[in-house]
Amino acid sequence: MDTAFSNEDLKFQSEIRDFIKTNYPQELRDSINSKRKLGKELSREDLTAWHKILGKHNGWSAPSWPKQYGGAEFTPTQKYIFEQECAKAECQYIMPFGINMVGPVIYTFGNEEQKAQHLPGILSGEVFWCQGYSEPGSGSDLASLKTSAVKEGDHYIVNGQKTWTTMAQYADWIFCLVRTNPDAEKPQQGISFLLIDMKTPGVTVRPIRLMDGTHEVNETWFDNVKVPVENLIGQENMGWTYAKFLLAHERSGIAGVARSKKAIERIKQIASSEMSYGEPLIQDPAFKAKIAAAELELSALEYTELRTLAKDSAGKGPGPESSLLKIKGTDIQQAVTELAMEAVGYYANPHLGTTLSNEYVGPDYATNLSGTYFNFRKASIYGGSNEIQRNIIAKMVLGL
Amino acid sequence: MNFDYTEEQTLLDNMVTSFVRDNYDWDTRCNIVKSEEGWKEENWKQFAELGLLGVPFDEAYGGLGGKSADLMIVMEQFGKGLVVEPYLPTVILAGGLISKLGSEEQKNSIIPEIISGNIRCAFAYAEPQSRFDLNDVKTSAVLNGNDYVLNGFKSVVFGAGMASHLIISARTDSEQRSESGITLFIVDTKSEGLTLQNYPTIDEYRASEVIIENLKVSKDNVLGKVNMAYDAIEEIVDISTIAACSEAVGILQVLKDSTTEYCKNRKQFGQSIAKNQVIQHRLVDMMIEYEQAKSILYMAVTADLTNSDERRRTVSAAKARIGKAIKFVGESAIQLHGGMGVVDEYMVSHYFKRATMIGVLFGNTDYHMKRYMTLTQSGIPSSDEVISVSVT
Repeated sequence: MDTAFSNEDLKFQSEIRDFIKTNYPQELRDSINSKRKLGKELSREDLTAWHKILGKHNGWSAPSWPKQYGGAEFTPTQKYIFEQECAKAECQYIMPFGINMVGPVIYTFGNEEQKAQHLPGILSGEVFWCQGYSEPGSGSDLASLKTSAVKEGDHYIVNGQKTWTTMAQYADWIFCLVRTNPDAEKPQQGISFLLIDMKTPGVTVRPIRLMDGTHEVNETWFDNVKVPVENLIGQENMGWTYAKFLLAHERSGIAGVARSKKAIERIKQIASSEMSYGEPLIQDPAFKAKIAAAELELSALEYTELRTLAKDSAGKGPGPESSLLKIKGTDIQQAVTELAMEAVGYYANPHLGTTLSNEYVGPDYATNLSGTYFNFRKASIYGGSNEIQRNIIAKMVLGL
Repeated sequence: MNFDYTEEQTLLDNMVTSFVRDNYDWDTRCNIVKSEEGWKEENWKQFAELGLLGVPFDEAYGGLGGKSADLMIVMEQFGKGLVVEPYLPTVILAGGLISKLGSEEQKNSIIPEIISGNIRCAFAYAEPQSRFDLNDVKTSAVLNGNDYVLNGFKSVVFGAGMASHLIISARTDSEQRSESGITLFIVDTKSEGLTLQNYPTIDEYRASEVIIENLKVSKDNVLGKVNMAYDAIEEIVDISTIAACSEAVGILQVLKDSTTEYCKNRKQFGQSIAKNQVIQHRLVDMMIEYEQAKSILYMAVTADLTNSDERRRTVSAAKARIGKAIKFVGESAIQLHGGMGVVDEYMVSHYFKRATMIGVLFGNTDYHMKRYMTLTQSGIPSSDEVISVSVT
């Protein structure tokens, strides 16, 4: 039992810190800040610029990937330090679809051609990926998915509709769960994992606006889309196994501890400027108690995450316990976005960045905080709702 | 003991319900909130024809002489339809101040105009530093001959962009946070010296930042006594808070009912998701929260609001308790709708956003908890009876 950083870890920490300081572009920071301030959407370039820079530096864009595939292969402690430093410096986060999701599936289950074709683009950030899992009738019950892939010669013909495809508007490729055997005994047994080029004829993307007005997710339609059989990952009808593997990876990054810590710091600053009953809001016992409660929960979660990472590094792999990280991590993210909105009082109201208002109003720090609170209601729903995560723990951990 | 509506109240309830049903279907509402104006003048004319704009005003000025219970009925139905026309800012807030403080001449000239739907008003009270403190007023008014000259800044003034008149609170005496020394002025929104920066709010209403630079206001347009406006502001904001709570209760009912319906219909794993006990219990808790919210609203509406202590206490009790219900029912509604809950194109998120912003309006849960605790001295036993505690 030892949680102190070793000298090597401390050296690593200052190396990361220096790298960010020297290499994180000021113009990217400015571009993102000015868009956030006006509630404008980030461009593909905003989302990938930092990824591209890290991709050119010892595989830092892929902290978990093995070195043989070009990743950084950080130790759990290094991963933790890296995330902390990036969050502290408010670096744009790396889109998870390539690096955390399809990448590990490809290097674990894909063939040599697939690895050679896809891993370099994922690492470098040149190729943008999205995820085709959910369907209108298949959310929590993902295995009931209906999008079909029928083999005809050396192609699959794909038909169906995916939904909640995050950032599909920028994506070059989508990884999809498709039904290849509608007659399988169990629904899970007839599913395959397919990589599809978004430029293939028959793929249509339609935006879905979230309740804060942002365009993050889409409906993606497949109308007789021809996909070469080479794009099948692993074996036909084995897709569910790969999907489960991927979901465990998705969850291990989902706690977002370092970012929540940063967010709490910001709230403290805001609450020091805001006055209530003639005193800084941060002095208000009720508000202060909520901040403290969030901090305690976050401290505990941080150690839960470290314990999970340590177990992971001992080769045991992220298990169903990662559902715990998802539940608590999103709970805290939601609590924090609510506190931020609460801190700014009436300035939670203005909705900037719509076609009806291009002017900026209110204090700098207040912009879009209610939008973020509303937007983050998604966190307890996506990636398997928190109800489903509890079912997983009940079944897999407690054996109920 | 009777919580039933009177015959007149039932008629009022039916009238507003039919208005919402006939004029405020979802697509119509979406078009209104997306329009440049953000409200529909035709609806306002209908309010006038139906007599809704006269509900709280004295019969002497052409009103209906209604009480908080009548306003509750209107606002609850408006909540169910997410009606965005500026009824609360004009009729209840600004109208309340004019009724309370206006001279006979002011009342005779303004109130009939409000009732007939010819003009709309808004109340500019909040400032960037004031948060919810009504006494925190920096905007200054200095007498110069027969005019006051106003300078300052007002934040998030709901309905200002649709208003012909603004009521502005300004400091004519004392320190920034003093309750004395605050005076109200009624001004034309087109006045020189007044700049409105209009914007939509996150819940699809409209508000404005009001920049006041050397705005000249005649002494005749002072509302009430100079330096003495604070008590009236507090009272009318309290009355308006009850109205906002009523709107919230209407919204909570829709959230609770529509979520229950959605869970019955949404099928996953071969059955309705409402078959899961975890979902059932959440729906039951939403229902309980809704009922508690409605009950505490009734407590406030039936309280003796002419007694300022009782008014303050019950209003803060209601706002704080309903704020808690808004959070639970609102967040649960979104969670149980899953992905459909977080999108703009489905109704539930709009109800959630409006309810949440009502939670902020006139002071959030913590703010009213604190006011309630101060007023009731929570923590101090209410009787001096000695309770013996023995350890056996």
